Amino acid sequence: MSRNGHSATVANVGHPALAEAFTLDRPRARWHDETLWFVRSKRDKAAWTLPEWELLRETASAIKAHTMSRLAEYLEQFERQAQKLGVTVHWAKDAAEHNEIVLGILQRRGAKKLVKSKSMLTEECHLNPYLERHGIEVVDTDLGERIVQLAGEPPSHIVLPAIHKKKEDVGEIFHEHLGTPAGASDPLFLAEAARQHLRDKFMQADAALTGVNFAIAETGGIVICTNEGNADLGVSLPKVHIACMGIEKLIPRAADLSVFLRLLARSATGQPITTYSSHFHGPMPGAEMHIVLVDNGRTEILGSDEFRRSLNCIRCGACMNTCPVYRRSGGHSYESTVPGPIGSILAPSRDAKLHGSLPFACSLCGSCTDVCPVKIDIHHQLLTWRKEINHRGLLSLSKRVGMKLMSRLFSSPRIYAASGWLARKIVPRLPRFMLYNRMNAWGKRRELPEFPRESFREQFARRKNGKGGHGK
Amino acid sequence: MGSRENILQAVRAKQLPDKPAPSLEQNWIRYEDRRAQFAAALQSVGGRCEFVAGGAAAAAKLAEHPAWSAAEKIVSLVPDVVAGNCDLATVDDPHKLEDVDFAILRGSIAVAENGAVWVTDQGLKHRAVYFIAQHLVLVVPAGAIVDNMAQAYEKLQFAGPGYGAFLSGPSKTADIEQSLVIGAHGPRSMTVFLIEAI
Ligand code: SF4
Repeated sequence: MSRNGHSATVANVGHPALAEAFTLDRPRARWHDETLWFVRSKRDKAAWTLPEWELLRETASAIKAHTMSRLAEYLEQFERQAQKLGVTVHWAKDAAEHNEIVLGILQRRGAKKLVKSKSMLTEECHLNPYLERHGIEVVDTDLGERIVQLAGEPPSHIVLPAIHKKKEDVGEIFHEHLGTPAGASDPLFLAEAARQHLRDKFMQADAALTGVNFAIAETGGIVICTNEGNADLGVSLPKVHIACMGIEKLIPRAADLSVFLRLLARSATGQPITTYSSHFHGPMPGAEMHIVLVDNGRTEILGSDEFRRSLNCIRCGACMNTCPVYRRSGGHSYESTVPGPIGSILAPSRDAKLHGSLPFACSLCGSCTDVCPVKIDIHHQLLTWRKEINHRGLLSLSKRVGMKLMSRLFSSPRIYAASGWLARKIVPRLPRFMLYNRMNAWGKRRELPEFPRESFREQFARRKNGKGGHGK
Repeated sequence: MGSRENILQAVRAKQLPDKPAPSLEQNWIRYEDRRAQFAAALQSVGGRCEFVAGGAAAAAKLAEHPAWSAAEKIVSLVPDVVAGNCDLATVDDPHKLEDVDFAILRGSIAVAENGAVWVTDQGLKHRAVYFIAQHLVLVVPAGAIVDNMAQAYEKLQFAGPGYGAFLSGPSKTADIEQSLVIGAHGPRSMTVFLIEAI
């Protein structure tokens, strides 16, 4: 089956419209919001167990900056070391080449059934539909990914792919595809059904494909982190392991993992470490291992002084869990493989026109920047993207007009004071239909605050003249 | 020009000022009671830790495991604790390990900060046994607990081909409504014996 709803194939209608659709089911939207906030709180607790948390973040950020400053060297070193271990290393400039390489490996081996563990890169490249078109059965084995795969949807979160689904939804999907009894929605029962179903798939697979969390230049090894053990089980049975990675996954030394592995799971789910943190150095005896290094727009981001740091992301998802917009609008409203704050930087880098609404899906609260384990200045980059989108003339008309008016208003103290006075006098008397209508997006499901009778300037002037207040 | 050269050239096109790699030698966390910390950390991720004097004591504890009495197929690389009845050396295909109930294997380092144990495939014909067994038991020397991950990596070497992993608790998922379910694809339980003499 293939997934629909992808940004590459469907016209992008922009974040506001999709976010609105998501918020229509209010109990579900609230549940989504609260659940992600709960994950965020677990992250806080885990971070507070380590007095060196900030030092770890600093160190991680410095390792990434160092790596990027010598990325070509490290890529070459990694390739050399991996080859020494018996790995075949491939390079792909874009998604199409990546997909061809993977298909080529499978076809050479006559492989028809592929088990996959989580890989955002293959999502980005739309590998699944491509392979399926060529007659390969592709099974996502991470439970959350399997759920959305069966539902024909893309993941809505990079760590919690099915976070937008309620257990009743999962029950229905499993009833349809795995034959579980109708109405069964107990997570324990459903997870057990998935375990049995996926065991069969593991046993039958001809090849396994995984993502990569970290690639070690010094040793040529790759590290994969999961909680379910699906990557490990997947690659330890068949004779072919294909690992696909963006070129930004490099780290110089194995010991650097002592920093990243301490940050990743704590930031992602509040666990002290993922259940499986597996280091693969070369293929299993008698098997083959392929690593595909993919650019697909990354070198372009690397060349940009403004957005280079967005490549440091270790895909923990913390910025999503904490983001007030993401929590309330859901991952699918971003129409981007990586949603949320970091996705709103990466997606416009890929296609600013298509994803131009994303940098505006942000209140600039800065919470993402506060939690990011590698200290990416996420909200600053989002602000920079807004300017860039305006600069390139990609702003929507309503935003353009609004911004013009705002800039007029703010640049003239007299107009500013006068319009404030007018608003205070007039708005409270206006009938509702004039305030809460199509023109005022802010008035949807939101009430205006009560207007003060005096502005700050008026109060200040009055107190300075000694007319009342608490002054001396 | 192939993609390899293309990509490397594009990476090199932007000359970035050299940024030094940071030092990893810092005052990372240490624990007064590493054993208690390890046991608590492992428990928090759904695993179980037992401190035992030797193989016999471990065997006695293992017998208390709720699934032990029903176990039929057992792989053991730690005969001092228990003898297995499935010799990996004679298994030609890892798929045949599908019905292994218990795997009793060795771990070399235990990490107090996160309850993880380092395991490898050295001397192990099929690494699949770590993930395919219904229950996993790891036997680790009690003296091999370190405080934190930095200390763990100081002890690790990656010279040549091989597999190694930090395992922390049984396989788990929370992908259905964030409800924690133990036993996703891999083992449904993980027991760590920290053993004094072996
Ligand atoms: S940008 Fe930072 S917080 Fe967001 S997913 Fe990446 S590493 Fe995590």
